[in-house]
Amino acid sequence: MRRRVLPGLTLSLGITLFYVGLIVVLPLGALVFKAASLGPEDYWRIVSSARAVASYRVTVLSALAATAFNLVFGMALAWVLVRYRFPGRRLIDAIVDLPFALPTAVAGIALTTLFAQNGWFGSVLAEAGIKVAYTPLGIMVAMSFTSLPFIVRTVQPVLEDLDPALEEAAQTLGGSDGAIFMRVILPLLTPALLAGVSLSFARSLGEFGAIIFIAGNQPMETEITALLTFIRLEEYDYQAAAAIASVLLITAFVMLAITNLMQARALRYTEKTRA
Amino acid sequence: MKIRLDNVVKTFDTFRAVHGVSLDIASGELVALLGPSGSGKTTILRMVAGLEYADGGHIYFGEQDATDIPVRDRGVGFVFQHYALFPHMTVGENIAFGMKVSKVKRSKQQMEARVAELLRLVKLDNLGGRFPSQISGGQRQRVALARALAVDPKVLLLDEPFGALDANVRRDLRRWLREIHEELGITTLFVTHDQEEALDLADRVVILNEGKIVQEGTPEAVCRNPNSAFVMNFLGDANRLGATVANGKAEIGGASLEAAGFGDGAASVYLRPRDLDWSATEPGIAATVTRVIDKPDGRRILARTAGGEQVELDVPPETVARAGDQGFVRIHRARVFAESASN
Repeated sequence: MRRRVLPGLTLSLGITLFYVGLIVVLPLGALVFKAASLGPEDYWRIVSSARAVASYRVTVLSALAATAFNLVFGMALAWVLVRYRFPGRRLIDAIVDLPFALPTAVAGIALTTLFAQNGWFGSVLAEAGIKVAYTPLGIMVAMSFTSLPFIVRTVQPVLEDLDPALEEAAQTLGGSDGAIFMRVILPLLTPALLAGVSLSFARSLGEFGAIIFIAGNQPMETEITALLTFIRLEEYDYQAAAAIASVLLITAFVMLAITNLMQARALRYTEKTRA
Repeated sequence: MKIRLDNVVKTFDTFRAVHGVSLDIASGELVALLGPSGSGKTTILRMVAGLEYADGGHIYFGEQDATDIPVRDRGVGFVFQHYALFPHMTVGENIAFGMKVSKVKRSKQQMEARVAELLRLVKLDNLGGRFPSQISGGQRQRVALARALAVDPKVLLLDEPFGALDANVRRDLRRWLREIHEELGITTLFVTHDQEEALDLADRVVILNEGKIVQEGTPEAVCRNPNSAFVMNFLGDANRLGATVANGKAEIGGASLEAAGFGDGAASVYLRPRDLDWSATEPGIAATVTRVIDKPDGRRILARTAGGEQVELDVPPETVARAGDQGFVRIHRARVFAESASN
């Protein structure tokens, strides 16, 4: 092996691999092992039961909607934080991370209180005929709350490093604001947006604490997959719990793999050698 | 396209970057804005482009007042110091960008033909499919120029175009830019802090200091007749010696220079190292050699005059001198300026 400037590659590689194995791979392996012990027929029966499928539907659709909302709002927030100087900017910048710091159950209870029929937001929305708490809409609100920081924090540094001369060059070449955004800024943000989207979506799929308070948890309607897994655990049906959780796991894994591929494609231009 | 700046002013917060600059640039002329950093040269260029708004005064393109025309409609080609190529587009796509976003619709074939033509002009025929990260700095700057030329700008503006490049690449690109300018005849204004670059490339040099034009003229005019100590110093190495003027003669200990038109009193004499000679015998200004630096084309003698002032001389390689030698500095040519705050 070539000598490195920093010593200790073998040691650090060993420690990190051991750690990843212990903390990440081992529990996931146990999960897959438990689910696999079911046998294909039982496994399929459990993961394709009507109640489970309904939970996937509400989880995935809500997560998609929440991610789409965060994509637009998170990018706008990152844009404002980077491009404008206004009083309170640093405070808002700090607040963005709050959903990470707040225990999700606290967030869930707070959101439920706000969006309940008699809550501050809920009472206003009720007049407009919109019900948020105890509906799939509530799930989306909880998901977009807990996953907001991802897109802001992935886009922000890229936006900060974006050379203002690129926009000026596009302007001198006659580009309208819309054309500059679509052809210059957005393509350069795409890798960061994809990273943020995949994290945000994965987090939304697995979110539990914030959602169960606001969702109402009606089987077939507002019951998320993570809750269904939890219910099976409480019934001591560990194999069924593992089977359902494995579906979430596979979904998250496939989705992360796809976004990684898309990211590699979007970053083609950084390759040093001729593509 | 003729460009005229009429008493243009720009202030950033409380700092006045450009003080009432007026300048005429003839159609097809290649003009250099030369000055140290902070002299306002880039700000002037950016105002001509429309990337900065003038706080006062007017900028005319031909007969049209362009002061309030937004940058995207001004029809200028701008080349940035650090190229500002779009990293996610190939060289060809970069060049085609202006045509793609233009209000004038062109067919795909027209655009491709134009890109190929420009790639040929900048001598990068085979690199249209590369990304900017895959080509060298000099090649990137040529792509940036091709991109700026693609939309047939009325005026070409270059901001320190060769500042980020190696010395020999810079020299080649300079000559090449001159050729392109002669071929296309487009009015060109470029900014530089490198006097050699300005003198090498430009038809006319505009020297700026602290937001004002100090002197403008052909390279010959500004070199032969610098109008101030600042210009004299900025255009090349210069020694300054204190002198006393009396009866139209400037006296430096041991030498006397013509100083007609100067009032009696203190004055500064500026001397290029090459306009001085070293001699072991009088006449001349008595001095002691402190160091000799040998160069391929001659020797540079660093000396201290009897009056305690530092002098540098560029002398032929045959000249005999060694640190500690006593001798005399002979003056072939010098310029006298009235004593001023700037040195």
